[in-house]
Amino acid sequence: MEILMSILIGFLFMAAVYLILSRSLLRIIIGTGLLSHGTHLLLITMGGLNGKAAPVLTDGVTDYVDPIPQALILTAIVISFGVTAFSLVLAYRTYKELGTDNMELMKGTEDND
Amino acid sequence: MPLVFAIFMPIVVALVIPFLFKKISSIHTGWFVLIVPVILVCFYATYIPSIMGGTTHMDVLPWIPSLGISFVSYIDGLSLLFSLLITGIGALVVLYSIFYLDKKKEKLGNFYVYLLIFMSAMLGVVQSDNLISLYFFWELTSISSFLLIGYWYTRDRSRFGALKSMMITVFGGLMMLGGFLILGIIGDTFSIRELIAQAPTLAGRDLFVLALVLVLLGAFTKSAQFPFYIWLPDAMEAPTPVSAYLHSATMVKAGLYLVARFTPIFAFSEVWVWLVTGVGILTLFWGSFFAIKQTDLKAILAFSTVSQLGLIMSLLGIGSVAYHVTGDLVTTFTFATFAAIFHLINHATFKGSLFMIAGIVDHETGTRDIRKLGGLMSLMPISFTIALIGSLSMAGVPPFNGFLSKEMFLDAVLNLQHFDLSAMESWGILFPIVAWIASVFTFVYSLYFVLHTFRGKHKPEQLPKAAHEAPIGMLISPGILATLVVVIFFVPNFVGRTFIKPAVAAIQPLAYQVPADVGFTIKAWHGFHSTALYMTLGIFLVGFILFKTIPKWSPVYEKLPSKFTLNNMYEGLTRLTEGGANRFSSIYMTGSIRSYFVYMFTAIIVLLGGTMWLKDAFTISLDNLAPIRFFEILISIILIVSTVTILVTKSRLTAIIALGAVGYTVALFYILFKAPDLALTQLVIETVSVALFLGAFYHLPKMNTHEKGIEDRGFRLGNFLIALGVGVMVTLIAISSHSQKLIPSISQYYKDTVYTEAGGKNIVNVILVDYRGFDTLFEISVLTIASLGIIGMITLRLAKKKGDRKVENK
Repeated sequence: MEILMSILIGFLFMAAVYLILSRSLLRIIIGTGLLSHGTHLLLITMGGLNGKAAPVLTDGVTDYVDPIPQALILTAIVISFGVTAFSLVLAYRTYKELGTDNMELMKGTEDND
Repeated sequence: MPLVFAIFMPIVVALVIPFLFKKISSIHTGWFVLIVPVILVCFYATYIPSIMGGTTHMDVLPWIPSLGISFVSYIDGLSLLFSLLITGIGALVVLYSIFYLDKKKEKLGNFYVYLLIFMSAMLGVVQSDNLISLYFFWELTSISSFLLIGYWYTRDRSRFGALKSMMITVFGGLMMLGGFLILGIIGDTFSIRELIAQAPTLAGRDLFVLALVLVLLGAFTKSAQFPFYIWLPDAMEAPTPVSAYLHSATMVKAGLYLVARFTPIFAFSEVWVWLVTGVGILTLFWGSFFAIKQTDLKAILAFSTVSQLGLIMSLLGIGSVAYHVTGDLVTTFTFATFAAIFHLINHATFKGSLFMIAGIVDHETGTRDIRKLGGLMSLMPISFTIALIGSLSMAGVPPFNGFLSKEMFLDAVLNLQHFDLSAMESWGILFPIVAWIASVFTFVYSLYFVLHTFRGKHKPEQLPKAAHEAPIGMLISPGILATLVVVIFFVPNFVGRTFIKPAVAAIQPLAYQVPADVGFTIKAWHGFHSTALYMTLGIFLVGFILFKTIPKWSPVYEKLPSKFTLNNMYEGLTRLTEGGANRFSSIYMTGSIRSYFVYMFTAIIVLLGGTMWLKDAFTISLDNLAPIRFFEILISIILIVSTVTILVTKSRLTAIIALGAVGYTVALFYILFKAPDLALTQLVIETVSVALFLGAFYHLPKMNTHEKGIEDRGFRLGNFLIALGVGVMVTLIAISSHSQKLIPSISQYYKDTVYTEAGGKNIVNVILVDYRGFDTLFEISVLTIASLGIIGMITLRLAKKKGDRKVENK
């Protein structure tokens, strides 16, 4: 399963990088979203997937899933959400100010400086 | 007065010069400045008797003791001679400048401050025994020289000349620092005297030759040797007192000083002998040949300076042969060092006076163009006399001091054939020939300089001013120097005993510990058996013929390809580096964010892939894997399908929805992997994110909502390959890191203590708020900052637009 997940994560990274390299600002942000999904999945995969029970203490259960990656991912999800929200509003402001979402047209030169 | 503080005296006085210039405007500031070199020259003169006796003086001012760096003022024959030259000619130049620079029109405060800084720096260079402080003063001379050349900073040529001299001398200075550091490392000391003491053992060390070449680069750039002389003619844009002081008598001799000072360390290497002698002879010839081409008086003198510096340099090189021979030859070759120091003194006297005369001619006629000048002899008789003395001395005519040193030079060059090392015996014959030809040209330009200026037809209509004799004050300094030129001819052995022998003892400390051992006398007349005598006669004869026929053969200069002159090469190099750097950065700095992403991702692929490949790091282990279940395969397929949908869809809306699908699939994975808290959070956050994306989508301006396709050009192979590379790298690293777990997880502790220590059962939540609560605190801060930032972005500048709704979404 871990190997399958590794390939899947690699696929997510590939899609994310392809999107980040495109011109549209919205597509770039979608790409970062995919990238964080890939990273979170990578974290949980690297923690090992062969635990038997969710990390909540239950009587009679000893084999729990590793809780540390989950805590790390929970933190990461919230932070990446904050950053995504910020960059989306930034993109929205960019549309309003510049009237374009084409990154190639946003070369910070004579007009904007 | 301790020696070290004498070095800093001019700089300290420079601090009050601006006040004197502002407050006491009725008196020319130069008079105050004049006191400094006069005091210093008297001070240094008191050391003459003890130095003649063979003693040396030293004074230390610690600077950075922990690094072995201190200001060490060390006075021996060599540094005393230079100190006297610096302060003595400094006094004469300041006196001359008082009459040369107008106290109302010129910014005298600046001028004298720069000049005094320069004086301190030069004294520091020649007296430093510590390599680092020597370098410190060395660069200070470069900087103050830069300021002085650019003194008339409103003129383009001045700024150009200042920049050029700065670039070249600072280049050399930095090379020299490299050489010093190598010396300091292999000798384990920065003290020159200690390095000299262990010189014979240094010669075999690694990097010794590199240090030698680097130090020589410093000396050659400063002393305007071939091919670095090109800054000197352009430095003639400086006021004439500066040219006379820096560019004939002192700064350009700093390189000669350096060569002389390091001779006892480096002369054990044949590379040193060859480089110093060869470059010196080449410079001598080159400078004298091109001096005749010049039409500007100061340019002629600049090329002449280059040539004469080459002469002294080659003499120093020949002198260092003494380290490679035995018996009588040691004395023979040491005599070349003697001649070098003698000519150094002579050159300072006659060249200083000639520069001052060129300045007087400029001052009194308004031009320095030799084509416009002529027939000034009867109008400026005193200047003419001084110029004639200086020129004839430069040409090597008796009864002036240049004759003596020129004879000694020819003798020394002839002696080179006795040196049977590294093919010097057969090639050595070239040196006298080149030296003789160069001396002929020296003779020609000397006559050209003085006779074309002062004899011939007077052309008053071409002169900006009516020519007349200079004020007497301006003539004092060149007069004194010209007097010295004659006096030295008649009492050369007094000069030899007083100044030269102690200096030679300092340059050849292994042969001569005290000046008394140096047994040379200068003879004006060698008898008829001397080859140098016939060479001199030949110089006079051929030189006179060439001088008379200048118009016939001067077109030869036009024939030389102008493209390959060193100045053009320098400018080409400057353009090439500036333009090249410009072009290079405009190639890779496109301004497009995509390019930068490409660089970063390519770097990731190359660095990670390269490391894995080089270290053979990829491993795959099939142990300890979780089983693959049906649901997981199903969800994986959904994930892949929705991701592909994002990539290929023609509509942004589809892309956003597919991203939402990916997010929910990831939440399903969390459920399958037994992470309930993650699944909850992921579901909520994905919902909010999709809403946000839709908001951004909704607010797209009309003009750019091209639904026909997200990427205008569709599929891009380059992007795909980079993306594929990154994906493959991530997969490989993930598999191989999962396959080699070296340390067991620390989570067993959390599992064991979560209830007993923290009183909770949900391990993830307890980790978040108890074991690792600090992470959570700052994650809250991140969210706060993000929301504040969003509010700020929307309300602060676009309060009237629908900002509030955005904040609600958050």
